[in-house]
Amino acid sequence: MAEAILPRARTWPRWSGWVLALGLFLVLRVAGKGLAPWAFDWPKAQTVPVARWISAFTKWLLNEASFGLFTFAELTRFIAAVIDFPYRIVLSLLATGFLKGQGSGAVQILPPLAWIAVIAVFALIGAWAGGRRLALLVAACFTFIAIFGQWQSAMVTLASILVAVPLGVAGGLMLGILAWRSPLFERLIRPVLDLMQTIPVFAYLVPILFLFGFGPTAAVVATLIYAMPPMTRVTQLALARVPGELADLGHMVGCTPRQMLWRVMVPSARDALMVGVNQVIMLSLNMVIIASMIGAGGLGFDVLAALRRLDFGAGLEAGFAIVALAVALDRLSHAAAARQAGSVQGGPVARHPYLAGALLTVLIAAILGLVAPAVQTYPAAWELSTGTFWSRVVEWINVNFFDFLEAIKNAVLLNLLIPFKRFLLGLPWVGVAGLLAFAGWRLGGWRLAVLTGSLTVLIAVAGLWEKAMITVYLCGISTAIAMLIGLPVGILAAERDRLWTVVRAVIDTLQTLPSFVYLMPAVMLFRVGDFTAMIAVVAFAVAPAIRYTVLGLKGVDPRLIEAGRAMGCTEGQILRRIRLRLALPEILLGLNQTIMFALSMLVITALVGTRDLGQEVYIALTKADPGRGLVAGLAVAFIAIIADRLIQAGARAARARLGLGEGAA
Amino acid sequence: MTDASSLPSDAKLVCREVWKLFGARAGETLRALGPAPEIGRIVDAGLVPAVRAVNLAVREGEIFVIMGLSGSGKSTLVRLMSRLIEPTAGEILFNGRNLLAASTEEMVEIRRHKMGMVFQHFALLPHLTVLGNVAFPLEIQGVAREEREARARKMVALVGLGGREDALPRQLSGGQQQRVGIARSLAVEPELWFLDEPFSALDPLIRREMQDEFMRLQSVLKKTIVFITHDFDEAIRLADRIAVMKDGAIVQQGTPEEIVLSPATDYVREFTRAVPRSKVVRVKSAMRPVAGTAGGAVSERATVAEAAPMFLDGAEVLAVKGEGGAVTGHLHRADVVKLMLGG
Ligand SMILES: Nc1ncnc2c1ncn2[C@@H]1O[C@H](COP(=O)(O)OP(=O)(O)OP(=O)(O)O)[C@@H](O)[C@H]1O
Ligand SMILES: [Mg+2]
Repeated sequence: MAEAILPRARTWPRWSGWVLALGLFLVLRVAGKGLAPWAFDWPKAQTVPVARWISAFTKWLLNEASFGLFTFAELTRFIAAVIDFPYRIVLSLLATGFLKGQGSGAVQILPPLAWIAVIAVFALIGAWAGGRRLALLVAACFTFIAIFGQWQSAMVTLASILVAVPLGVAGGLMLGILAWRSPLFERLIRPVLDLMQTIPVFAYLVPILFLFGFGPTAAVVATLIYAMPPMTRVTQLALARVPGELADLGHMVGCTPRQMLWRVMVPSARDALMVGVNQVIMLSLNMVIIASMIGAGGLGFDVLAALRRLDFGAGLEAGFAIVALAVALDRLSHAAAARQAGSVQGGPVARHPYLAGALLTVLIAAILGLVAPAVQTYPAAWELSTGTFWSRVVEWINVNFFDFLEAIKNAVLLNLLIPFKRFLLGLPWVGVAGLLAFAGWRLGGWRLAVLTGSLTVLIAVAGLWEKAMITVYLCGISTAIAMLIGLPVGILAAERDRLWTVVRAVIDTLQTLPSFVYLMPAVMLFRVGDFTAMIAVVAFAVAPAIRYTVLGLKGVDPRLIEAGRAMGCTEGQILRRIRLRLALPEILLGLNQTIMFALSMLVITALVGTRDLGQEVYIALTKADPGRGLVAGLAVAFIAIIADRLIQAGARAARARLGLGEGAA
Repeated sequence: MTDASSLPSDAKLVCREVWKLFGARAGETLRALGPAPEIGRIVDAGLVPAVRAVNLAVREGEIFVIMGLSGSGKSTLVRLMSRLIEPTAGEILFNGRNLLAASTEEMVEIRRHKMGMVFQHFALLPHLTVLGNVAFPLEIQGVAREEREARARKMVALVGLGGREDALPRQLSGGQQQRVGIARSLAVEPELWFLDEPFSALDPLIRREMQDEFMRLQSVLKKTIVFITHDFDEAIRLADRIAVMKDGAIVQQGTPEEIVLSPATDYVREFTRAVPRSKVVRVKSAMRPVAGTAGGAVSERATVAEAAPMFLDGAEVLAVKGEGGAVTGHLHRADVVKLMLGG
């Protein structure tokens, strides 16, 4: 070994530990198969049946659990009723109209809002929040939806969002306030929030499906659970960051605790809180689309159904409608957050001109709608269907480029994906756990070592090793490709402000799109399979790779670059020796985000036929088996946590080495 | 230093042997350390000695300035006086009543009606207009809209911001923002007015202007004031009495004149060195007994520097008048010249 040849070196080089660990790992890999087969495949008989326990527990919850005064089933029914009531009203208002009677015998007593009225109301909100340009943009988005025949579905989706967002914001605000007030509560919910952000969304759906049944209510519950943690976190941070002087002011003017909270703290934290509201809106949209699997209906269901039928035209159309909705909602909530309130004097109409205008429009449209049906519902005759057009485009591509696309796909599969998959599947779990624990120890001390090692073992013990390795393989390759695209693009964009403006606009928009949307084009071109999944994941995960690279490079102290130039470095040397090196911590965080994005997308790609943990969750979903779904979801969360903690520790170490100070990651 | 027994109990606000140590189990540790622990022993015990054994009395109608460098414990002391934080030990009397014995409801009442505070970084609520900010303390008390806005308007006009009522804080300059802060603290017509470094965040020119404005307001309002600053010149300019703080303790208190003329420690002397004596010494301390007749008339309370221009017409001696208007002494040109040249 190296240190034996160099007798003068008193301390071993930093990497000698790594050499040793890898050496041991290699020995195990090569010689272990015969000696210790259990190190490669956890014996099936020994699998800890966590899944069965969880399923039994959920059944017990649903059938027998009682809190004394009421049973658990009653509690879920109560929650369902609380959500169902506003949902019915909003849905009636936007889509179905108010009905009397049940099922097919129902009679409409009041029609829903006229499509023109809905567009006008949203345009007015746009004008109120951001002026005429925003109003035009929003109106264009909604008109687009109407023209392409997606109105009804879009309104169903919108209804879920309109119910989920206020509940999510209010719930998150309350939890955040509690966490801010009580350190004990904060310590209790922090690990829960951490876990919720890493468990893939699919995994939530299974127990919710089990507890709340199939339907829009369950979908709203799922959306709430998904969108509330970020709001909780934002609230807590925002309140903690209100300057101490303002709290002192509140005390000095004699505020009661309630006045303190609602008159001083919350208004002072408004700007930061609005960021949270925007997040809740976008996450709700994403989840409402995904929750179409448990009965949300609307645009998500259209995409899902189209995917199952492989009807690309219909899928793309619904996809475009989702994009239009996402753009409109995102711009609206951003503008509303940035809006500066001014005070206006006068009567109620003068003080609320937009509200008055909206009410007036609704009224006029309703009356006109009685006379002219075209005002009430967008006439089917005016609809443009591009569905057949898109189907033809896909057909044309497949006819003309089939061989080409197929060749690419096969080449990548044969030369990259399959060998890598084989390699990973051949690794002994004992060795992987040891190696990860060693990495944890080197980067962050024994606590991290225990964490990474034990999480790895847990995955194996639950009998999910093989599926987990497939997840790691797809995620790893997708992340690598995303970084290979993101780094050079980031390096180019960091130096050219004009390019960066364009790139940023693109990745900002990409990030507002629900993950479901990414599947459609990938499936269109490459049909189902690992390669398709990889393309979708890369497309979804490339945004953070670019963003963090640019932020890191832009953050490098320009004096150091000048110093480098003064020392006669070439541009290449400056890039490699100074800029990339100093941006390393930031780029590592980008890598971390890329992995997280990749994992969350990967689970969804189960729809296009991967065989990983995501598929396990998906199967659990179709079989309504909460234990199986949760365990697989937790396994994905464990992979995410291991990657996250190791990279964070690495970034911290890099920061310390570069003397950039102990920045909180 | 003043000791606790000599403090007048009829003063507006009295602090007796007040301590504030930050850290876990501060109370027990302080008791365990004995009556007058050394600063080193407190630090060794893992505590931050923010305020140590402070004795002071703020009299009705005076401007009491607390001066000290950053970290000397000034803010902690005002926060103790307004009971925003609880002292580790000691007694605080407000209008002769033990403030520390007041219940939460009583404290709310006292703060709503009897105390006002101006903050270093203004502490304006970003979502309220100028008028809304000034009316805020009244709104919290539940004063009806009409009345609170009328009173707020008056206050806004008083600080010279008439016409800007509908502006939002971020549309105002620093000086204007602090005027809003001042107007707000005055809206409840407090008996005791705390100002924690109100002008420190402002540019020197604006600061000067605000000091003049502050003096003008005080000449009208005649409040009892506790004014915090780290700027010795500001302290000299504004104070009736000054307490100089260092490491949480008061090292000297007295009138500006006393402090400049006889600094108690080298630490205080460092501050006074750059201050021209003539700007601090009052005519009353520089005058001699009446001997013969003299022209002119200068107030006892004027500083020597203010009186000096009156010698420009060649007079050798000026008559000095006391509060009542009677001649109390004579001011001689030679003494004035000596003081002014002596720096
Ligand atoms: N909440 C706290 N916890 C711990 N230590 C504190 C706390 N508040 C103040 N201190 C410490 O008490 C000491 C006095 O602080 P204080 O804010 O009163 O100083 P100051 O004279 O107002 O300074 P400045 O001019 O910077 O405002 C400082 O050493 C400070 O670090
Ligand atoms: Mg201070």
